Amino acid sequence: MTYQEKRSIVTLISTILIFAAYCLYMYPRYPEQGAELSELLHYWGAFVLVLMLISIIAHIVISIVFNIIYRMTTGEKEPGFTDELDRIIELRAHRTSFLLFILGFLCAMGSLVLEQPLYIMFDILIAAGFLADVSGSITKLYHYRRGI
Amino acid sequence: MRNNLVGNHIRRLRFDHDEMTQQQLADKVGVTRQTIVALEKGNYSPSLELAFRIARAFSLPIESIFYYEENAKK
Repeated sequence: MTYQEKRSIVTLISTILIFAAYCLYMYPRYPEQGAELSELLHYWGAFVLVLMLISIIAHIVISIVFNIIYRMTTGEKEPGFTDELDRIIELRAHRTSFLLFILGFLCAMGSLVLEQPLYIMFDILIAAGFLADVSGSITKLYHYRRGI
Repeated sequence: MRNNLVGNHIRRLRFDHDEMTQQQLADKVGVTRQTIVALEKGNYSPSLELAFRIARAFSLPIESIFYYEENAKK
């Protein structure tokens, strides 16, 4: 298995673990029933912003740790650049992620049209963001293994 | 399973050139080893620019390395 394939798998697993751990931490902190709209919006805004911040920091740390472990176990240095194949795969991964997120966004807006509670809209939006991230990693892994 | 219609003789040519490794060829043409692996497996058709760089690395015309096959996709 090549560096890029291993990296895609590590990214995929870490994305799932970070999201699951964060949700387990945050959902019990959901404002109690009868909370004001401003309190609910504050909760969801903080949920998304902190999740993004934690994800970025965790991915950077995991990437550094992964590169150190990769060098120690294989004796090879990780590629220091992206070539044309990497760029094409990256574009395809972005396309998949983008399409999934847009689909989720439309569903989230649909839930508002159908007069669903606010948390449904945010749940769909956050789930779409998560699935978009996961699908990007899966797309990368698929194309690194099967070609384009 | 072949994914594209452009085949190549890169693997054979590497061995004909003092058993050049995939990493050595990758360094010569400015791509990662993963890309050479994908090319040899027939999983990727290179850009014209990369094809020329590979041809230059082996000091051969491009058509001696890459070929087009109509019935590759199944």
